[in-house]
Amino acid sequence: MKYNTISKLVIFCIAIAGFSSCSKDLNLNPQNAQVPTQVYSTPAGYLSVLAKIYGTLSITGDQGPAGSPDISGGLDEGSQVAFIRGMFNFQELPTDEAIEAWNDGGVLDNIHNFNLTSSDKFVYGMYARPIYDITLINEYLREATDAQLAANGITGADATNIRNSRAEARFLRAYNYWLMMDLFGKSTFITENSAIGANPPEISRANLYNYIVSELQAIDGQLAPAKTIEYGRVDQAAEWALLARVYLNAPTYTGITSTTYYDSAITYATKVINAGYTLSASYPGLFLADNDKNTNEFIFAVNCDGLHTQAYGNTTFLVHAACSSDNLYYGVAGGWAGYRATGALANLFTDLSGTTDTRALFTTFTDTSRIKVVFGTTAGQIATTTGTGDFSNGLHVAKFRNVRSDGQATNDPTQTFADVDFPIFRLPEMYLIYAEAVLRGGNGGSQANALKYFNLVRERAFGHAGVAGSGDFTTIALSDILNERGRELYWEGHRRTDLIRFGLFTSGTYVWPWKGGVLSGTGVSANNNLLPIPENNIISNPNLTQNTGF
Amino acid sequence: MKIKRLLLALTLPMMLLCMTAMAQDKVVTGKVTDSKDGTSIQGVSVTVKGTKLGVQTNADGNFKIKVPASATTLVISSIGYAGQEIAIADESLSIKMVQQSKTDELVVVAYGTRKKTDLTGSVTAVSAKDFQKGAISSPEQLLQGKVPGLQITSGGGQPGGGSLLRIRGQSSINGSSDPLIVIDGIPVASGNSVGGSANNLLSTIDPNDIESMSVLKDASATAMYGSRASGGVIIITTKKGSKGKIKFNYNAQLSLGNVAKEESVLSGDQIRSIINADAASSGINTWKNLLGTNNTDWQKQIYQNSVGFDNNISASGAIKNIPFRVSLGYLDQTGVLLTDKFNRVTTSVNLSPKFLHDDLAVNVNFKYSHNSSRFADQNAIGSAVNFDPTQPIHQQNVYGGNFEWLTAAGIPINTNGGSVQPNPLSMLNFRNHTGNLDRYLGNVQLDYKLKFFPDLHVLVNVGVDNAINTEQDIQNTNLVTTHQAAFSGSRYHFLQGNQNYLADVSLYYAKELKKLKGKIDVLVLHSYQDIITNVYNNPTYGTSSSTGSDTTISSPITNPTDKPELRIESYLSRINFSFANYYLLTASVRSDAVSRFAPDKRVGYFPSAAAAWKLKDEFFKNTTVLSDLKLRVGVGKTGQQDIGSTNYYYEPNYYQSVNAAAQYQFGSTFYSFSRPTAYNPNLTWESTTTYNLGVDYGFLKNRITGNVEVYDKKTSGLLFNVAVAPGSNFDVQEYENIGSMESKGVEFAINTIPVKNKDLTWELGFNIAYNKSQITDLGGRIFQVGGVSGGTGGTIGILQAGNDPSSFYVQKQIYNANGTPIQGLYQDINRDGVINAADYTIFKKANPDYLFGFTTQVMYKKYSLGLAAHGALGNYLYNNYNAAHGFSQGNGGIENPLSFIQNGSSDYMNTKFTSPQWYSNYYIENASYFRLDNINFGYNVGKILKNKASLRITASCQNVFVITKYSGMDPENSSTNGIDNNIYPRPRVFTLGASLDF
Repeated sequence: MKYNTISKLVIFCIAIAGFSSCSKDLNLNPQNAQVPTQVYSTPAGYLSVLAKIYGTLSITGDQGPAGSPDISGGLDEGSQVAFIRGMFNFQELPTDEAIEAWNDGGVLDNIHNFNLTSSDKFVYGMYARPIYDITLINEYLREATDAQLAANGITGADATNIRNSRAEARFLRAYNYWLMMDLFGKSTFITENSAIGANPPEISRANLYNYIVSELQAIDGQLAPAKTIEYGRVDQAAEWALLARVYLNAPTYTGITSTTYYDSAITYATKVINAGYTLSASYPGLFLADNDKNTNEFIFAVNCDGLHTQAYGNTTFLVHAACSSDNLYYGVAGGWAGYRATGALANLFTDLSGTTDTRALFTTFTDTSRIKVVFGTTAGQIATTTGTGDFSNGLHVAKFRNVRSDGQATNDPTQTFADVDFPIFRLPEMYLIYAEAVLRGGNGGSQANALKYFNLVRERAFGHAGVAGSGDFTTIALSDILNERGRELYWEGHRRTDLIRFGLFTSGTYVWPWKGGVLSGTGVSANNNLLPIPENNIISNPNLTQNTGF
Repeated sequence: MKIKRLLLALTLPMMLLCMTAMAQDKVVTGKVTDSKDGTSIQGVSVTVKGTKLGVQTNADGNFKIKVPASATTLVISSIGYAGQEIAIADESLSIKMVQQSKTDELVVVAYGTRKKTDLTGSVTAVSAKDFQKGAISSPEQLLQGKVPGLQITSGGGQPGGGSLLRIRGQSSINGSSDPLIVIDGIPVASGNSVGGSANNLLSTIDPNDIESMSVLKDASATAMYGSRASGGVIIITTKKGSKGKIKFNYNAQLSLGNVAKEESVLSGDQIRSIINADAASSGINTWKNLLGTNNTDWQKQIYQNSVGFDNNISASGAIKNIPFRVSLGYLDQTGVLLTDKFNRVTTSVNLSPKFLHDDLAVNVNFKYSHNSSRFADQNAIGSAVNFDPTQPIHQQNVYGGNFEWLTAAGIPINTNGGSVQPNPLSMLNFRNHTGNLDRYLGNVQLDYKLKFFPDLHVLVNVGVDNAINTEQDIQNTNLVTTHQAAFSGSRYHFLQGNQNYLADVSLYYAKELKKLKGKIDVLVLHSYQDIITNVYNNPTYGTSSSTGSDTTISSPITNPTDKPELRIESYLSRINFSFANYYLLTASVRSDAVSRFAPDKRVGYFPSAAAAWKLKDEFFKNTTVLSDLKLRVGVGKTGQQDIGSTNYYYEPNYYQSVNAAAQYQFGSTFYSFSRPTAYNPNLTWESTTTYNLGVDYGFLKNRITGNVEVYDKKTSGLLFNVAVAPGSNFDVQEYENIGSMESKGVEFAINTIPVKNKDLTWELGFNIAYNKSQITDLGGRIFQVGGVSGGTGGTIGILQAGNDPSSFYVQKQIYNANGTPIQGLYQDINRDGVINAADYTIFKKANPDYLFGFTTQVMYKKYSLGLAAHGALGNYLYNNYNAAHGFSQGNGGIENPLSFIQNGSSDYMNTKFTSPQWYSNYYIENASYFRLDNINFGYNVGKILKNKASLRITASCQNVFVITKYSGMDPENSSTNGIDNNIYPRPRVFTLGASLDF
C-alpha cells in the first residue's frame, strides 16, 4: 500500500534529522594544509620551509607569478612587497641612477622627489617585507633546535644538515635586518624567542648594528666554507661580504666616526678577495639570463627562473620596467616603459656607447618597426620641461636583459619571466670596499692594493681584464671610488647607501635632474636620509616610534 | 528517548489510515459571486466536508457537484477570499464570497507564516502580482523599487547576471553585507556565484515559479536566522499546488533589447585633430605617423540587438488528493554584447499532501535547473571604448584579419604588460567561454500534529542544495594575447561544486487563549547545516607551436582539489504571545556554533524581542476614516561570521606552493615552498543590534495603507581584516574583531487606491528610505581601499571613523576662471606649502542618502497600464573611465608611450589633461538618478477556444529612461567602492507576453 511507502519515507527523513541532532564535530581541518607537527616531521618539510625563506628574496608569495601573496595589507603584490623591486625602488629611485615614468599620480615620483609620507604604500611594503622574512626565519629557528629535531625524530645526516642550515637562516635574518637598519634607521625587533600574536619591541639603529655584527660573527664557524655550498645558498664568504659592507657604513649606523670600522672592513673584504673569487671576463654577461654561471664572481645571488621562480617583483621587473617597444632587445615579449636613468648617471661615463667602457649599457636602439624612439644620450635630455612622465626622455638602461650569453632560448617560452639572477654580493664591491676603506684611513691594507683592486675593476670593464691599459687610474681619491661604484654597481641596489656615506644624498652639494622634485635638482631636508615608519605599523604597534621629520 | 517516541507517535497512526465511505450520491449546484460587486468568481474550490470530493467553479462562477447522501456541508475556498462552510440545500446555492482585506494576508516569516496584522517585526512581503514586470531572468530583480530600504543593483546588462543587494545599507565592512537568501526553507549559500565563476547562482530560480518574496529587515524579524542575518533576510517562496481540478498555465514572453546609452568617446576626426595639433607643437611625429583615416565606432561593432524568449508551463491541482504543482521553464536570451548568450531550463515539482486526517502535512519541493551560457569577454567593452577610432576594423594579418597594433615584425605590441588591448571584435569572436550550471535544490518539510496532544506539532525540514558549475574558456590562435612564441591558443576548464545540507527539527506549540483574548505559540528548533565546496584547480592548456600537441601553459598545480567546509549548528526558541486582542509580543533567542572559530569562541547568542500594539482596535474602533493603526517596536541582535573562504582561521596552517612557478633553486634542484598562514585564535562573531520602531497605518477602508519605520543598526566587533604590527604574525594583516559602525534610517511607504469602481481601478504606491551609515570606531586606524583601474596600486576610497564606509579620499581640484580643471593643481589642504599625500581629503561617498521607488497601475475593464520607477539620491561615483582615459599622453592616454593610439574619453575635450589626474575630485561625480524601470500594458482577452481557456496579453518596455547628472554611461553601479569603469550596458528591452490559463 502506498501509505506504507510514505510512512517509510517519513521515518527515513525523521531519522536523518534525528541523527543530525547528535552534536556534530565542529573541529574541521583543511584538506591541503598541514599543522606544524606534520610539516616538521620530515627533512623534506624543513627543506621546503628553508626554500621559502630564501624564496622570499625572489618572489612574492606561494603562487607564481602572483596570487597567493606573503603579505596582504592592501598592498600590491607585484610592486609593493617584492624584495628586489622594493630594494630597487628605495636604493635607486631617489638617486641619480633611476627615475620612473609611470603616470600613477606621483606615487613613485614621491620617492625620487623626496616627498614621502608615512602613509605611502611602497614604504609600508618595504617595511613589511624584511620583517615578514624574519618572522618566518624565527619560526624555522624555533623548529630547528636540537631539542625540536630530537622531538620530531630527525637524526643523523638529516639532523646535521638542518643544524647547519640554522646559520644560513641567521645570516638571512641579519641581511634582512641590515636593510631595515639602512633604510629605516631602526626596526621592529623579533628573534626566535618572540611570540606570535604579541606586539614586538623596537630596536635602535646602534643596537641593531651591534646585533647584526654579533650575529654574523657568531655564525662564522657554522656556515659552509667559502665557495663550497651549492649555488643559491650562502656560505662564509657571504657573511664576510655583509660584514665588510656593514663596517664600511658603520659611522652612518652608529653615529660614531672611527677608523677602526675601516680596519674591519678591510679585514673582511680581504677575506673574500683571498677566498678564490675572480672577475668574470665579460661585464654585460653578469646580468643576462644565464648569469648563474658566474660563480667565480658572485658571492651570493638571488635566484630567479622564468618557469619555476616567477614574480613581477624580481629581475622580471628590472628587465620589463627598463624597456618599452625596444623590448625584444631585452628578451621579453613586452615592455613596461617605467624606469630609466637620469642624465647624472650618463655624466659618469665619457662614452655612452659601451665601446670603451663596456659597463655603459644604454640602448640607442631604434625601433624602426613603427616609430623612431630617440633615447636620451646626453644629460640634457632628461631635463625637459614636460616632466618626468615621458619614457622617451632619459637613458634606457639595458643592463638586466633576459637573453642568454650563449644565444639559447630562455626558460619561459612566453618571454614574460626572467631567468636573470640578482647579485647581492659581487667581487668588485669587495675590491671597492677595500680601496675605499684604505682611503678613509683604515689599517690592515695598502694603498698599492687599493689602486690595484680599483684598476682590476676597470680593466675588466675596458675589455682587458687583468692587464693594465687605457682605463687605468694612477692615483685615486674618495670621489673616484664613488664614481666608480656608480659605474660598476648602478641598478644593483647600492646607490642610496653610497650617497649617504658620502654625505651627498640629501644635501645641495650634489644634485641631479628632478632631485627634490625640481627639474634642475635641489637639496632636501636631511631627515630624508631615513624612510618614515609606516603609520599603520605605529597605530597597530605602540612600541614603534616615528623618525624625525615625518 | 525523544526521537524514538516521536517515531512511534508518527508511524502508528499512519497504519490506521481510514478510507472514505462510499454511499448514495445526490447533485448540488450553485453560483459563487463576489460580495462587493456581484461578479462571478471562477476557480473557486468547492469540496464536501470530510471527504476528498471536490470541484471548481467555471468561468460564470457556477458549479455542480455530486455529493454522498450523508453529506451536509460544503467547504468553499478561494485564494484572496475568506473561506466558508455552507449547508447543503436542495435548491441551487447562491454563495457570496467576501474578499479578504490585504491585512489579513499571510506573510512568510522566519520559520513560519504570520498574518500581516499580527506582525511585530519589519517585514515587507511582495507577492507575484506586485512583482516588477518585463523580461526578468533573476529573481531579485522582481523586487526592484518595491521594498523601502532594499537596494538592488545589477552588475550590468548581462543576461542572468547577478546583483548587489543591500538591506538598510551596509552592516559590515570585511564581513559580508549580503542578505541571507532562504528558498522554501533552505538558507542557501550567500553570494552570487559558485566559486570564482561567471555564473549567478540566484538566476537558477525561474521567476515564474515564485509565489512571494518576503524581505525581513529588522533584527526582531531576522534574529531567528541568527548568525547569518545581519544583512537582512530575503525569503523566496515558490508556488504550490492546491486542491481541485488540474489547471494549466502557459506563459510566454518575447523580448527585444538594445543598448540604451554608450560611453561617450572621441571620434576619429577628433583624435586626428588632437594628434596633429600635438605633433605640430612638439615636433614629435610618432603618433601622427600612426594615424588611420577611418571613423570607426567600435562600440557599435560590439553591440547587437538582444532577443529573448521565455516560456514557462505549469500544471497545478490535485491527483488522488495530493496537491501538486509542476512546472517547466525555458529561457533563451542573447545579450546586447556580441556572442553573449544565456539559456536556462528549469523544472520544479511541489507536492503538498496531507495524511492521517490532515494531522501530517507534507511539503516536498524539488527544483532542478540547468543554466548554459556563453559569456562574452566583457573586457571587449573596455577595449571598444579605448580602441583607436581612426583605424579600420579589418586588416591583412595572421590574427583573424582584424586590425591589431603590431610591430614591423608583425608581433603584437606588448601583450604581457597589459597595455595593449586586442581588437574588441577579436576578444568576442576568438574567445569562447561557456558555462554550465546545474543546480538541484530540494527539501521535505513535515508538519505533524500530535494525535494525543494536538496543540503540539513536530516539524522537520531536510534539504539539499547542490550546485555544480563547469566552465570552459577557449581562446583561439587568432587572439593576439594567446598567439605567442611557443604556444598558440589556450583552454581552461573550471569545475566547482557547492553542497549545502540542512536538517531542522522543531517542536511547535500553539494555543488559543480564550480567557486572555489571545494566543500563544512556541517554537523550539535544532538546526544543522553543512556547507561544502568542492574546488578543482586545473591548469591552462595550449597548443605547442613546435609539436602541435596540447601542453599546459600555466605551471603545474600542487593540489588539484580542495574541499573547504563550514559547519553550523544552531538552537532556536521563539515565543509569540498576544492578549486582549491588541497586544502582540515576540521573543526569541538563537545560538549558533560555527566551525570557523576556535572552540572557545565558536558559540554566538542572538536574542530578539518585539511588541506590537493595535491602536486602531483599542482606541479608534468607531472611526471610519482610520482603518488601521499599529505600533511596532523591536530590538534584536544578529551575527556575522562570513569572511569568505577563510574557513580555518584559528590555527596556523602550512600550505605548499600553489604551483610549480613558486619554487626556489638550490644547486640544480627546485624546491617547493611551505609557508604558515596568519591566524587568530581569538576571532569570534561580529554582532549587529538593531532597534526598530514602526507604524502601520490604513485610512478610508484601507484605500490608503502604508508604514513608517525608524531604525538604528549598530554593529560591533567588526570582523575586520586589519593591519597588525609586522612581526607579530605571518602577515601584516589578519582578521580581528575591531571597531564598530552604525546605520540609521527612516523608511516610508504608502500605497493608495485613488479610484476603485466596477470598471476602473487606479493604484499608486510610493516608498522612500533614508539611510546614513557611518564607521564609529576603527581603533584609530585608517584604511585606503578601492583600487583604481590604471594607476599602480592607487586607491580612491577610505575607511575612517566618523565617515561613511564608502567615502572617497581625493585631492581637491583647482579650476581656472572658466571652470576648467587645472592639471596638477590641487588645494594645499594642510597649508604646508607642499602638495602631497597629506593633502588628500574625504569628499562625498558612494552610498545613497535616499532610495525611492514608485509604482502605479491603472486597470480599466480588461485593460491595465502600469509604471514602475526607482532611484537614488546623494550617491556619488568615481568616473574611473574618464580618469583613466581622459588625457593625451602616457599609459591609458591617447598617445601611448608604447607607440600606439588609444581612444580617449570625450571628457578630454573639457580638461585637455596631458597626464592622468587619478585622485582629483573632478572625477567624483553626482550619480543621483531616477530610472523609469518599466511601462507595462496588459489586456485580458478573456475566454478563447470555446471558453476552454483564458488569455491575457502584455507588452512592456524596460529601462525606459534615466534622469541623472552623471556623465558616464550609467549612474547605477554595483561597485561597493563606487568605482565606475565600463559596465556592461543595461539594455532597453521591449517585451511581448501572453499568459494562457486552461
